[in-house]
Amino acid sequence: MKSGHHDSLRQRERRDPLRGVRVAITGGTSGLGLALVRELAACGAHVAFVARDGQRVARIAAATGTHGVIGDVARKDDIHPIALQILGRLGGLDILINNASSLGPSPLRPLADTECEDFEVALATNVLGPFRLTRALLGALAASARDGTGAVVLNISSDAAINAYAGWGAYGASKAALHHMTRIWHEELAPSGIDFASVDPGDMDTPLHAQALPDADPATLQQPADAARVVTAVLAQRLTAARNRRRLPVDEGARAAGVVAAVR
Amino acid sequence: MIAAHQRIPDAKLLVIDADGSLVTAPRTALVDFLRRGDLVVANDAATLPASLRGVHQPSGAIVEVRLAGWRARDLRDPRHWTAIVFGDGDFRMRTEDRPLPPALDRGDRLQLGPLDAIVTDTLGHPRLVALTLKGSVEHVWAGIARHGRPIQYAHVPQPLALWDAWTPLAGPPVAFEPPSAGFAVDWQLQDTMRNHGIDLVTLTHAAGISSTGDAALDARLPFPEPYVIPSATARAVRRAKLRGGRIVAIGTSVVRALEHAGAPGRVRAGMNVADQRITAATALRVVDMIVSGTHEPGTSHHDLLRAFAGDAAMGAMNATLDAGGFRTHEFGDSVLIARQRVASNAEYSRHSGVDRGMRSAYLVGRAPG
Repeated sequence: MKSGHHDSLRQRERRDPLRGVRVAITGGTSGLGLALVRELAACGAHVAFVARDGQRVARIAAATGTHGVIGDVARKDDIHPIALQILGRLGGLDILINNASSLGPSPLRPLADTECEDFEVALATNVLGPFRLTRALLGALAASARDGTGAVVLNISSDAAINAYAGWGAYGASKAALHHMTRIWHEELAPSGIDFASVDPGDMDTPLHAQALPDADPATLQQPADAARVVTAVLAQRLTAARNRRRLPVDEGARAAGVVAAVR
Repeated sequence: MIAAHQRIPDAKLLVIDADGSLVTAPRTALVDFLRRGDLVVANDAATLPASLRGVHQPSGAIVEVRLAGWRARDLRDPRHWTAIVFGDGDFRMRTEDRPLPPALDRGDRLQLGPLDAIVTDTLGHPRLVALTLKGSVEHVWAGIARHGRPIQYAHVPQPLALWDAWTPLAGPPVAFEPPSAGFAVDWQLQDTMRNHGIDLVTLTHAAGISSTGDAALDARLPFPEPYVIPSATARAVRRAKLRGGRIVAIGTSVVRALEHAGAPGRVRAGMNVADQRITAATALRVVDMIVSGTHEPGTSHHDLLRAFAGDAAMGAMNATLDAGGFRTHEFGDSVLIARQRVASNAEYSRHSGVDRGMRSAYLVGRAPG
């Protein structure tokens, strides 16, 4: 993790909007989620994260000075206890990052060989979980929009949501649903001042990627910390726009590439 | 469970105009009784799962603890409470019939699922104590989240899930019971209000419990209730007053907060504790209309409604609620009461009447425009 004083002045300015902002991140103990917990905490945000494994949650919360919440976003009965703890400990919420993802069947297999149960797990984690958690937190996000802090929901997408890759059926279809749901939220909640964005961080050296493509050479993949800096820069831009009631397009696919060039 | 979509879809609204006349409408038509420039204020408190079952360690007796008042100044610290303790039984038994808890003394320990509690004080009634939940803030929030259940009453027989108790606008979890008038303010209604030039803002008020089943304790309700008024809300109230718009409170808790923070024409932003009782004798300074459930006569909520309407209007309202088969629980029908026109506050009431044309539309049974 790079700490603030190594960053250029331009980078600091880009991220300053995140100081003191209340952020919740799902899937916060590995891959991009963990990198985002570290990056956003380094930016001075108040961070709560959610993950399933109690010991890892406790360890990462202690190491990063953030709030760990144990829960599974794929389980309906966990959603309100998770929302209660996020809102109770942060006192409200300005940014939600729906990052937790399920690959579906592992190893990957053709859709025709995919068990319904594996597909259901992907849908529960990648679509229903973000839907339920976002809905439970909308009241708090709308309050942040009204008081001028700004409110952003950022959903982590994938190019598998747009392009059809053989073997990625459950994951691709569920991420496509998440992507489209994000677009609809973006339309419906613009009048309430809540910004929605769909971000494809690209291929990263993460446990999920290793699960999907165990033979991939990690050297050809982005490090999660680098992707987290890009996502954080995107968040800072969007929060600033939201504060100024300026609406940005929902899809960060093309724009993020420009941000990557600027951050690196 | 009462899933959100199972809440009565055909909820009714009884409108009591500033001159005391009554109109019945579908609740979805609420916006037809408001005017461009009015300001709607809702309570965005989420509801705590404030009912905790457990064991009174000294006696081994089963108890139900209902968290009922904040004792910490920081509402992110869930460890220090005023609480009401019942003996064995659950919400299916009417609170009036619930047994007393075992005798509670300072220093008694209670095991409430994963939470370890200690009675730090007794408060002059066998059911009422100050309670501290032990451990870190993180541990206590997690314990409340996993073990707590929403407080509920015998009139709703199915166990409520936490999502049943959260209104669409629910944010900070600080209320002990749902600010239930807010169930009406869904995202569709927010869009409709926006399209009619009616602004919506929120405050956060730690709405307390509505009933204990014990006359002596009920007489002490409501307990002091912390609230936060965002500066954006205070500004919106001031602007609405300046333009002659009416302040429409969604629920009694909003009236408690706004009137506590109120001076003529404005309210103070920030955090405070509402500790006043609002009754027929209270001169309202800020709020012009209230949307509320249909509270039973004799409760503190019903007393508060009497600040808006006199005995004659309240009597007519209660008769109409009975005759019209209005559902009177917190997931039921609603009333909209305009502050009654009386000589003593005529200057406030100039703007408070329901639109004539709209009222006649409902009187002759036309569909809402």
